[in-house]
Amino acid sequence: MAAGEELTLSGHIQHHLTNAKMCTVDGSVAFNKACSEAGFWTWHVDTLAWSIGLGLLFLWIFRSAATKATTGVPGKFQCFIEMVVELVATNVKDTYHGKSKLIAPLALTIFVWVFLMNLMDLIPVDFLPAFAGFVGEQALGMDSHDVYMKIVPTTDINLTAALAIGVFILMIGYSIRIKGVLGFIKELTLHPFSSKNVPLQIILIPANLLLETIALVAKPFSLALRLFGNLYAGEMIFILIGAVGLAQLPLHFVWAVFHILVIVLQAFVFMMLTIVYLSMASSDNH
Amino acid sequence: MNLNATLLGELIAFAVFVLFCMKFVWPPLINAIEARQKKIADGLAASDRAEKDLALAQDKAKDQLKDAKAQAADIIEQAKKREAKMLDEAVHKANAERENILAIGRAELEAERNRLREELRKQVAALAVAGAEKILQRSIDEAAHSDILEKLVQEL
Repeated sequence: MAAGEELTLSGHIQHHLTNAKMCTVDGSVAFNKACSEAGFWTWHVDTLAWSIGLGLLFLWIFRSAATKATTGVPGKFQCFIEMVVELVATNVKDTYHGKSKLIAPLALTIFVWVFLMNLMDLIPVDFLPAFAGFVGEQALGMDSHDVYMKIVPTTDINLTAALAIGVFILMIGYSIRIKGVLGFIKELTLHPFSSKNVPLQIILIPANLLLETIALVAKPFSLALRLFGNLYAGEMIFILIGAVGLAQLPLHFVWAVFHILVIVLQAFVFMMLTIVYLSMASSDNH
Repeated sequence: MNLNATLLGELIAFAVFVLFCMKFVWPPLINAIEARQKKIADGLAASDRAEKDLALAQDKAKDQLKDAKAQAADIIEQAKKREAKMLDEAVHKANAERENILAIGRAELEAERNRLREELRKQVAALAVAGAEKILQRSIDEAAHSDILEKLVQEL
């Protein structure tokens, strides 16, 4: 935020809400504003770096607990990790009644990863972007206003959509594995309107297909947009609070306390809905 | 907020994280938890069993103690009886012995007296015979009148 003429409130907010982009233009790597024409093949390097970094942090923490796991008296660290694992395992056991080696680790990954990414929201909004701007200015000789850094990966629709699509693929995979291709097609076409009368049933197929397809596709959409919307809105409030000068201190505190709830809740909701959707996909009775 | 290639990158990262978690993170943790749960359950069951065993053993010990006490009392009773019996027997035996000794002594005394009396009688008889001889002088045939003398001796 060095360039004086752009230091308006909307410019400030815009700057905070823009990802660091990377793309190839004419065969060479280009960044940020140069990428406005790159279309689909643009990479949000900040989202990728923070999310993958946090994912690795999650795996490192849990892997180090796993390698040191003892069946005897656990240490405090192991106790904490086991508490999280137990929480996930209990929810999976209560909701998903089939046998699956994938669901529980999937739920754990989603819960902790999303939680860690949401947690980035509690770091005061200007700290890391300003630091990145400083580094860009000193080390790379860039204008600090041209350095973008969005540190909460879950406020990027690309990440939440990727998670939702991953879950969606698993839903379809589980549906087909448990019910077979034919069973899956039947489920999409013979419900919710069904009839013993065969010609009538055939007439009802299009309506069923429409409704069931909407119901099916709504699931990943709701997953992606719920997480994105909540975190994006929370981030927006933080940015606005960050723009009001000294008064931001109490405001920031109040909103952060409230936001802790959102952070955990959204991670938990994403995990629970994933389990529920996969459980629905795996159950035979409609 | 338009979708771009980041989505693909995140999808791949998501898949890799989940696979890693499924292979290397979840199984050891859940196994450790379940193994510990089993251990604790076993331990609790064992402690329950031990408690029951202890109660049983205590009951048994109490019973045995009671039996032992009863037995000891029995033995003491028997010993007392036997002691009394033995004492009795000893007294009887001693009495019998005394009687016996006394009887023998009396018998001996009697025999001695009899013998002495016999001797005295014989001497008196002899004295009588001698007296009579003196009185009758030659008129009496010792051989012909021995039966009378015998009679005399008997009467003495």
